[in-house]
Amino acid sequence: MVTDFTWMIGGPQGSGVETAANIFSQVFSKMGYQIFGKREYYSNIKGEHSYFAVRVSEKQIRSSVKGTNMLIAFDAETIFRHADDVLENGIIIYDSTLENVKVSDVITFDNDFKERLGNLLKSKNKEDTVKGILELASENGTSIHSVSFRSLLTELSEKLENPRIKNMSRMFNVLGVSLSLGLLMIPSEKLTESVNSTFSKKKSIAEMNVSAANFAYNYATAKFDNIGLKFEEKEIEENTLLVQGYYGTSIGKIIAGCRFQSYYPITPATDESNFLETNEILEINEDRPGSTLVIQTEDEISAIGMAIGSSLTGVRSATCTSGPGFVLMIECLSWAGINEVPVVITFYQRSGPSTGLPTRHGQDDLMCAINSGVGEFPRIVYASGSVSDSFYDTTQVFNYADIFQVPVIHMMDKFIASSVTTCQRFDETRVNIDRGKLLNEISSDNYRRFEHTEDGLSPRSKLGLENGIFWNTGDESDIQGHISEDPVNRVQMMDKRQSRLDYILEKIPESEQIVKHSEGDFCVVSWGSTQGPVLDAIEMLKNEGINIGFVEIKLLEPFPKELLKKSFSNSKTIIDIEANYTGQLGSLIRQNLEKDPDYYILKFTGRPMTCTELYHTLKKIVNGTAEKREVLTYGA
Amino acid sequence: MALKIGDYKTDVHNDWCPGCGDFGIVNSIQMALAEMEIPRHQTAIFSGIGCSGKTSHFINVFGVHTLHGRVLTFAQGAKISNPNLEIIAVGGDGDGLGIGAGHFVAAGRRNVDMTYIIFDNAVYGLTKGQASPTLKLGEKTKSLPTPNTNYNVNPIGLAIASGFTFAARGYSYDVRQLKDLIIAAVNHKGLAFVDVLQPCPTYNDINTKDWFSGVDRIDETTKKAMPRIYKLEDTDYDPVVHYSDETELNQKKTQAIVKSLEWDEKIPTGIFYKNELITPYTRRLTDKIPNYIENPSALQNISKNNVPITKINQILDSYKV
Repeated sequence: MVTDFTWMIGGPQGSGVETAANIFSQVFSKMGYQIFGKREYYSNIKGEHSYFAVRVSEKQIRSSVKGTNMLIAFDAETIFRHADDVLENGIIIYDSTLENVKVSDVITFDNDFKERLGNLLKSKNKEDTVKGILELASENGTSIHSVSFRSLLTELSEKLENPRIKNMSRMFNVLGVSLSLGLLMIPSEKLTESVNSTFSKKKSIAEMNVSAANFAYNYATAKFDNIGLKFEEKEIEENTLLVQGYYGTSIGKIIAGCRFQSYYPITPATDESNFLETNEILEINEDRPGSTLVIQTEDEISAIGMAIGSSLTGVRSATCTSGPGFVLMIECLSWAGINEVPVVITFYQRSGPSTGLPTRHGQDDLMCAINSGVGEFPRIVYASGSVSDSFYDTTQVFNYADIFQVPVIHMMDKFIASSVTTCQRFDETRVNIDRGKLLNEISSDNYRRFEHTEDGLSPRSKLGLENGIFWNTGDESDIQGHISEDPVNRVQMMDKRQSRLDYILEKIPESEQIVKHSEGDFCVVSWGSTQGPVLDAIEMLKNEGINIGFVEIKLLEPFPKELLKKSFSNSKTIIDIEANYTGQLGSLIRQNLEKDPDYYILKFTGRPMTCTELYHTLKKIVNGTAEKREVLTYGA
Repeated sequence: MALKIGDYKTDVHNDWCPGCGDFGIVNSIQMALAEMEIPRHQTAIFSGIGCSGKTSHFINVFGVHTLHGRVLTFAQGAKISNPNLEIIAVGGDGDGLGIGAGHFVAAGRRNVDMTYIIFDNAVYGLTKGQASPTLKLGEKTKSLPTPNTNYNVNPIGLAIASGFTFAARGYSYDVRQLKDLIIAAVNHKGLAFVDVLQPCPTYNDINTKDWFSGVDRIDETTKKAMPRIYKLEDTDYDPVVHYSDETELNQKKTQAIVKSLEWDEKIPTGIFYKNELITPYTRRLTDKIPNYIENPSALQNISKNNVPITKINQILDSYKV
């Protein structure tokens, strides 16, 4: 019986790779399995190579592994790129008409890859064709299942007496996933159900795809040799969701009461705004419907400018962006800082510098989030490690923004954004809303927006509130908000704002600042989406009797220096794990703890870390055979 | 108690240069607000950066002094979130047509129901007199080392081309007309633009108050100066788009752009273009969100006793395995 299995489908962008993977994920989640899927794609609309790897397991999984158990390919590029990634005893199902396609026929290959592939085939004395690479895979123990996708369509077309179907190569995706499910002997009704729900928007299309799915499924059960893999159906764990990575922040914003989101399109952040707009009308308990205004702006400057304007009216407002958009927001971020405006920036990182790898993963904007700005002002930088965490964290960052009257930058990334995973249903009863010192009524007429108070936080009025008139300015201001260049006032105002950093560290509960997942002499320190692969790798090591500690830092600015010291107190060796080149968290640790992490495990290929890579590297560290700086490179 | 002009003034020291055209504009805004009797707490002035940026501090309503070029973004965000607010955005010509030109164009496309006033003096005053987007090609104001090498932007033309549904030009020394233009702009249903010719006495030594008044052009018979400025309302010019028809629309737009190009000898002020047949942004939102006007973002409750009241059950159910 199989307990952990990775399935991959690839194809040109626009060929429905994602749809096929969603069908696969749905089927397995409905069989009671846990899912972790990840999508990789080029910055391109149609034609470049994309693939989706879905890992299914009986137990909780939070990351991908190295290698694939089953590869589905209906184009040559997928075979060339991933055939050697198929694990021993793995399976390839491919379109037999591709057999004679040469490496040089694939126009979408990068030159570097073409050269590497050519060298590989040459060194193994294989011809430079699909056949060649499949021979190689076969020698490595992969079982190859070939079927002409085109013939399947022709047969189906004859069977249904519908000549149009013959040419519907856009159904190759559904054929591919269905063949694989047939081969895996998954109950066919699960496939039908999933295809139906995937195409539920149009009945005729759903029907056609169900026919195609069943046809391919039956073909596989009849024609393919039994491979002896058996997935048992299990009871679905109660309250399981199957979610896309950006659902956490999206649904978090809805329940947190975010009623205004302005954005400029950018990968991988835009999905969130789309989600909010799709769900713009909101159901409210015992009240008329509410709504989220989602405004697509002319640029990211306008996106944050509008969000700030909205916040001044008392609305919980946000914007959502990625690195190149965030840097455009800096002047407005600074303005929000000096004017103590609560606003949330959801920051889905991708890989830089500049446009960098625009559709690939990275965690290289931590320093940018912490340090970008004109002058000195308080802000919160907060990171989430998983889809589920990001839901709760989103509701919290709005509270932080309101309570501390600061802009909050919520760090997410492409790895989370384009993953698909099973998780526990988000628990609404854990969400609370704290608007801090926001006023709904002012009776006296001597209101002053920046009045000095004991905790440094002034009661906050909003545009439209009677007796609550205030002024804002990007200049230094007096307590009313009028421009002031007075040196004494300047010191008071700087103290008022900057003292908030200590106040934040004092008020945010420790468990929200740092999560200590486990203890050990060897202790991993990390932030954000590395959480999944780190936890999975630690579990693998634990099964071998090796205990590794894991400290996840969620609050990155202000930096919880003392708490981190305490968290490290039982550990001898600190291992910093991050998806960037320089080890940005490591530098924060050096700066705050005056201690360099003992090891760095870094990855900056634009592809997320796998638990397998981390497992091996951590083991090397434990065995004393690792370099101080270990760089991971796996992934196509 | 009726509101008076004095109620709209703050006691903040005004540090504009003596004789600055900005004074006339701030007075006109205060006069307009008083005449319309708009409650102070329902009004907000958003301003950009530069001398004109300080305007919000001199008016006793909500005042949001934003960033260079960004004033329209803040202002629109506030207005869309709370459509009950009366919002007037102000800024200089460099602010709105130079660094903020992208936002200017995008704002036109949205047509949010608010007013935008540009203090147009053809120079960057606060940074000591550099050429701004409205300075004519080849002109050399006092502090320019060499004559201006850029062609000028036509603010009215750009506004109309961008989709503003109201475009007017005022003159800062004609406070009464300017006040009326501001009232018309505020009452207009859609995004209203008022370009105010505003001599900078310190740095623009070409388009001075005397130049506008025609001191250099003495009528031989009357021996009086012949002012360059004239008012469209004194002519038979009709700025209004009366019906939804392409010919009518094109005619009114073209006429306004051509009229706005008059310069040197005769400079028109008044309303150039007014079109209430284009839907304001609020109405476009109402098409998607039926109760938007009664229950906009700023008026929505999001919690009761710190417990969220937004239901997410249905959304979560759709992702249930």
